Amino acid sequence: MSAVLEVRNLRLWYGTARGSVRAVDGVSLEIAAGSVLGLVGESGCGKSTLGRGILGLLPEGARADGEVLYKGRNLVTMAPRELRRLRGPDLGLIFQEPMTRLNPLLRIEDHFRETLEQHESKLTDDAIRRRSLDTLGRMGIPPTRFRQYPHEFSGGMRQRIMIALALVLRPSLLVADEPTTSLDVIVEAQILRILADLKANFDTALLLITHNLGIVAEACDRVAVMYAGQIAEEGPARDVFAEPKHPYTRELLRSTISLETTELHSIPGAPPNLITPPTGCRFHPRCPDVMRVCPARDPIETRPEPDRRVLCWLYGPDGDIPPGGTEPAERERIALAEEA
Amino acid sequence: MNQTGPSLKRYAITRLALVVPMVFILLTLVFLLMRVAPGNPVSAALGGHAPPAVIKAISHQLGYDKPVYVQYAHYLGQIIRGNFGTTISDRRSVGSIILVNGAATLELTFFALIVAIVVGVLVGLVSGRFRDSPIDAGGRLFGIVVYATPVFFLGMLAQLVFGIWLNWLPTSDQASPITEALLQTHTNIFFIDAIIDGNWTALKDIVEHLILPATTLGIVYGGVFIRLIRINVIRTLKEDYIEAARARGINERSVVYRHAFRNALVPVITVVGLSIALLLGGAILTETTFNWPGIGHELYVYLQNRDYAAVQGIVVVFALVVVAASIVIDFATAFIDPRVRY
Amino acid sequence: MAATAIERLHRRSLGIRRALGPIAEARGMARGMLWTGAGITLVFVLLAIFAPVLSPYGFDQYQAGGRRFAQLAHPGHGHILGTTVQSTDVLSRIVWGTQTELEVVGLALAFGLVIGVPLGLIAGYFGGLFDRAAVLFMDAMFAFPPLLLAIVIAFLLGSSVSSGVLVAALAITITYVPQYFRVVRNHVISVREEPYVEAARALGAKPFTILRKYVFFNVVQNVPVIATLNAADAVLTLTALGFLGYGVQPTQGAEWGYDVSRAVSDAASGIWWTGLFPGLAIVLLVTGLTLVGEGLNETINPVLRKRSIRRVDFAAPSLEPSTEILEP
Repeated sequence: MSAVLEVRNLRLWYGTARGSVRAVDGVSLEIAAGSVLGLVGESGCGKSTLGRGILGLLPEGARADGEVLYKGRNLVTMAPRELRRLRGPDLGLIFQEPMTRLNPLLRIEDHFRETLEQHESKLTDDAIRRRSLDTLGRMGIPPTRFRQYPHEFSGGMRQRIMIALALVLRPSLLVADEPTTSLDVIVEAQILRILADLKANFDTALLLITHNLGIVAEACDRVAVMYAGQIAEEGPARDVFAEPKHPYTRELLRSTISLETTELHSIPGAPPNLITPPTGCRFHPRCPDVMRVCPARDPIETRPEPDRRVLCWLYGPDGDIPPGGTEPAERERIALAEEA
Repeated sequence: MNQTGPSLKRYAITRLALVVPMVFILLTLVFLLMRVAPGNPVSAALGGHAPPAVIKAISHQLGYDKPVYVQYAHYLGQIIRGNFGTTISDRRSVGSIILVNGAATLELTFFALIVAIVVGVLVGLVSGRFRDSPIDAGGRLFGIVVYATPVFFLGMLAQLVFGIWLNWLPTSDQASPITEALLQTHTNIFFIDAIIDGNWTALKDIVEHLILPATTLGIVYGGVFIRLIRINVIRTLKEDYIEAARARGINERSVVYRHAFRNALVPVITVVGLSIALLLGGAILTETTFNWPGIGHELYVYLQNRDYAAVQGIVVVFALVVVAASIVIDFATAFIDPRVRY
Repeated sequence: MAATAIERLHRRSLGIRRALGPIAEARGMARGMLWTGAGITLVFVLLAIFAPVLSPYGFDQYQAGGRRFAQLAHPGHGHILGTTVQSTDVLSRIVWGTQTELEVVGLALAFGLVIGVPLGLIAGYFGGLFDRAAVLFMDAMFAFPPLLLAIVIAFLLGSSVSSGVLVAALAITITYVPQYFRVVRNHVISVREEPYVEAARALGAKPFTILRKYVFFNVVQNVPVIATLNAADAVLTLTALGFLGYGVQPTQGAEWGYDVSRAVSDAASGIWWTGLFPGLAIVLLVTGLTLVGEGLNETINPVLRKRSIRRVDFAAPSLEPSTEILEP
């Protein structure tokens, strides 16, 4: 399987009055054609920024550095006009809150017409109609509602319309940014089924951003765990969940509610401030396994198993750990030092 | 699901029902305002030199000697029947003032509104689109200065420059005396009457007379639109559906024109409605400056003559026009924006 | 006792700092607008205060040393901005006019706030029949073109109130009371349901205490923007009244709008200085006040506020991990 998208050492920083926010800080990822990669992490860890950054949709004052290779071309250095042409037919994006994403003054038909005319100017009126209705039909929206306005649809239906609007151009990669967070459970299941079937129906690769680990376990081939702008761990979803390597992944899995849950577990502390993140490993102030090396040196990515990567000193490389570095450190002391 | 017809009708009925108490309060306000004023309106209107017997006779004739509540009931009853009263000083019916002079005001304000919208929409859209650029700074400064300029001052400058120094355009009246004498009356609106008759010489004369007052009033009220449209564009460009359109690779031009500008202009319809009141206020000044024979000019003359009945009638008409405009605007918005009806 | 006084003073200065905070933080165009507007307004305030010193002549003075000034003299020698048809000095009328404008506008604002804000607070907080009646009444007032209302009030008061300044101020006040009322009332209604007000109510605070301590200060933050923008509008209304011959009478003081109205007939014979200068004075003062209002609006209103951004620099000094924790 070849990668449809390769992200190499990507940095996405926001400018603010108090300094640069390192929302994404040296991320590397690969998504294979037709596969589903889950991107999980707490709120504010940079996962949404990463999703939008891949499409080059960043707010004013943000800057990108590194490589986003789509079919061998670097999107970071690409001319805006060229990147704009890729958005839609090659790279799709669906958002968290579907209620406000459709223009209230345009009919559903106008949205599809505009999108198709923009990218496939040779299509006839009839072809536009057929393609739109076909895609909508697969999302369960009947043709009778093609000429209605957005306010006539429920949230779940609007999200399905948004997905259809992205898929009607048959993109090779779809970024879905928490697509079910604002929907109720039954609708969530419907949307997830649609997304899981993408490969079968459209041969589209999916980057599924979520903080819901259950969704990842159900729908994803691989999973990347993000913490404070970096990828803490990445690997096949089944393996990562069965045997998490990074202490953060382990804590994250413990904090989810399952049928066997007897008491709620939470990770002490809060996600760090990304303007001045903790030194060394960014998770060290909250890590139960913290060692002396962790706050002192940036961790180096290792592959404890052939198909898995992890960013943690527990897995070496031993040659880079100074003598005495593996001694356990006291969490409290470090937390205090952090505050000072 | 598709209930456009009935829901629009229901909306219209509710909206109209709300107007009745509003109009009642309006009429009462005007009546109270004019009656609490000290002095005898009849003697004031006759210049204070009329003999007491004449004043008494006319007061009796006009009903000013009756108790206030009788006068009030009479006043309401007359207005419901469409009778806005008769002036004291020259015994014209307010209805005929509305027909004749109202037509002149309509002609002036209509063209002024077009100028205002064109100026306001162009400058406002460009300013908002290129926010914080030098273009925006220029557009905003233009809007503020134009708003800060009194209509009568701009009118005076226009007369000075285009009327006196350059001698391009006439500076007063609605038409030349000869045009006025020869033009057949159909609608009282000179512009339309000339077109109906196919009288192009008259039309040219009428347009020439219209240019300075309408442009003056229009530019000043364009300032109101510039500000609001600019803010609307800025707000709309931050909407989620704009980002979603960009994510679908819609080009910047379509994003701005199709999505941002169109949506930013919907609230402008409401502003047009609200600005009718401002426009009418401005018309009083413009008409006085350019000696334009509209209602505002008549109001000015009757105020000078201290003719309470005329002032009362004209004030009522102005207020009713504003209320009517707000209803029309609400309907228009409900028609254009599908969300309002729900 | 002393401690509480100091505490109160401290709290008040905190409040002022919080209110002025956005002004210090204003950036870019908003900052430029705010300061330019404040500068222009200040010049006019100084002009009004020092009119007796700065003005070459009295506002209705047409002679000096027993010699009558020339009629309609060109700007230049003796009269920098020329003279009017009544031989008065144009510059002097503008300087004295500043006093008239600011007096009337100040009075009108004060009246408007004193009437409109409490009405809005009470109607919004207590609701009920009073609220409904007040809203209906104020909405009806909105149906009158503001200028028309001001003209009619000035016309009606003109015969019974002798002070032109007071007549004009009252006429303008009546057109703005509904605005203050509406803004304050709507804001109070939204603040009323805030948790901290609920909490105060739950703790048994009296309604007027809550209004004074919690609601008032929250609502009043919007007032500076409306007040400055209304002041600009009030100058326009006042000059319009003057133009039509209402409000301040020619014998009582100089008024720019009145001067322009006299100049309209001058313009017919190509005389420009009698109208141009007072007209420009109006434009400048209104522009100054509008700039202050708009600048304030932009810095206070979060939708319009533009945050300052420091440029992203990837080459910025990276986070140097300290090694000290490794030292034994």
